[in-house]
Amino acid sequence: MDHEFVRGAGKKLPHQTIHAVGRQAASIGQTVRPKRLLRESLEHTMSTVFFLCGFLAVACVLFISIYLILSGLPAIWEIGVRDFLFGDTWDGQGRKFGILPFLLTSVAGTGGAVLIGVPVGVLTAIFLSKMANPRTVTVLRAAVSLLAGIPSVVYGLVGMVVLVPAIQRLFSLPSGANLLSAVVVLAIMILPSIINVSETALRAVPKEYEEASLALGATYTETVFRVSLPAARSGVATAIVLGVGRAIGEAMAIIMVSGNVPNLPASPFTPVQFLTTAIASEMNYAAFGSLWRQALFSIGLVLFLFIVMINVILNTFIKHKRER
Amino acid sequence: MSLKRLLSLAAALALTLGLTACRAGRPNHAAKPSGGRSDSVILLGSTSMEAIMGALAEQFGQEHQGVTISVEGGGSGAGVEAAANGTAHIGLASRELREEERSKGITGTTLALDGIAIIVNADNPVSNLTMEQIAAIYTGQISNWSQVGGAQLAIAAVGREAGSGTREGFESITGTGNACVLSQAPTSNGAVIQSVRSNPHAIGYVSLSTAEGQKGIKILAVEGVLPSEDTIQAGAYPIQRPFLLITRQGMDLTPQAQAFLDWATSAAAASLIRSQGAVPLAR
Repeated sequence: MDHEFVRGAGKKLPHQTIHAVGRQAASIGQTVRPKRLLRESLEHTMSTVFFLCGFLAVACVLFISIYLILSGLPAIWEIGVRDFLFGDTWDGQGRKFGILPFLLTSVAGTGGAVLIGVPVGVLTAIFLSKMANPRTVTVLRAAVSLLAGIPSVVYGLVGMVVLVPAIQRLFSLPSGANLLSAVVVLAIMILPSIINVSETALRAVPKEYEEASLALGATYTETVFRVSLPAARSGVATAIVLGVGRAIGEAMAIIMVSGNVPNLPASPFTPVQFLTTAIASEMNYAAFGSLWRQALFSIGLVLFLFIVMINVILNTFIKHKRER
Repeated sequence: MSLKRLLSLAAALALTLGLTACRAGRPNHAAKPSGGRSDSVILLGSTSMEAIMGALAEQFGQEHQGVTISVEGGGSGAGVEAAANGTAHIGLASRELREEERSKGITGTTLALDGIAIIVNADNPVSNLTMEQIAAIYTGQISNWSQVGGAQLAIAAVGREAGSGTREGFESITGTGNACVLSQAPTSNGAVIQSVRSNPHAIGYVSLSTAEGQKGIKILAVEGVLPSEDTIQAGAYPIQRPFLLITRQGMDLTPQAQAFLDWATSAAAASLIRSQGAVPLAR
């Protein structure tokens, strides 16, 4: 998502300018022809190299998409789209392939994580950009970057040893590995991206807006919530998109705390399996060429389409807001 | 400019198609084991067998200079697959072969027997369960420890993820296949032990070799019999499964692989297998 901003700034300009300058030099003195040729061919070679590097990324995306579609579609076809998407029982060995439990769990888990993570993250960003003194900012920002750098398997491990027993005791449950534990872990994991992006957006709000609001008699808190936050809303929305993207694609951290049993997410205390963790925990076992393995690839395809869909919807939503 | 664009597009297309073609062609060059040297032996499969096979491989490597044996995990299904398509010399499975797997032309040699231990939290007063009680607990018919002589505590049944050899072994022996109501299905023996250790409600099943000597958990007797080498070899302990070495029928192993297979199933390797917590078949 970050790349889009960068790409917009790049454009075609430098390339064309160099060519124009080269042509001018050529018209001034015909004697420098060999040198010019050398330079131009080098220029050509390099631009081809850059182009190929750029295309490598596109080729990878293309390859992964094609591979996923080719290996994911047959099983959906064989099982039937409706049975696959809306069947409520998954049992790979028993040839029951309904992924509704995984779908709903992924939606519920991501939704829950956003519900907890966004308010906490945005309020932290407001604190960092508008209220905290510089020394606090340094410490807090270092902590947030550290949080972003923790590998997901560590989140899972700590979650399993600390969070799961804590939740079990807190709600006096027989078992603490459930949807709620996964939501808590996901919420913590998406905090850094939400905080960082929202903070940047909030800092970019022109000082004059806030000064005007204060001059009109609003308190500082009123100014932040009524002026700064609305002005930065497209940045905050981007932060939410990033958070959703991270949460829905996570597997390693939540496989260890979610219970890993394919149930419908009936309550926060149900042990559940996500789209991602279903693939991660069963791919080892499903035999090559079996419908089970193909169905796991189909889950991958559904996850892929799901993420693409969410990105498209949220992006159009953000763009729409920005244009207004 | 447009020619250049066309060329790059063609290159990208060729790359994509080439990669796709690789996928289609994979089974063909998977016919030979991928070991770099001809004197290396690749074992692949059940994660429950990794510790034992690692110990055997090390010992065999010391006795036979120049032979390297590598042990890889992946699960029993992967072991069967690797033996069938030749990506490993010997596949490892911690369960009996299924009919559809036998039809791929593979055969299993029993290396050892492994007891599946039923474990509970160390604070749990229960020390013995019958097979019926275990089945009833895992299918949700018994949901409180007080029903089997324990404290007034709800039971949390901890199993393993679908496809696991331990789970398949447990469910087929207790007759609970497809009927288990689990509160957790961790993806390794270690994670099950961790869950049970931190939860007084929990009951779990793991490979006996991974449960022995662990603190914070208690191994239960089943039908009055505690799992041990003697009770497993005698067949008195009811929840046990075979560790199989899988080879392809009608195809000769490399001399090194054959030598390893012969040695591992002989009495010479028995003590080593025993030291890893499993019960050797050869005496």
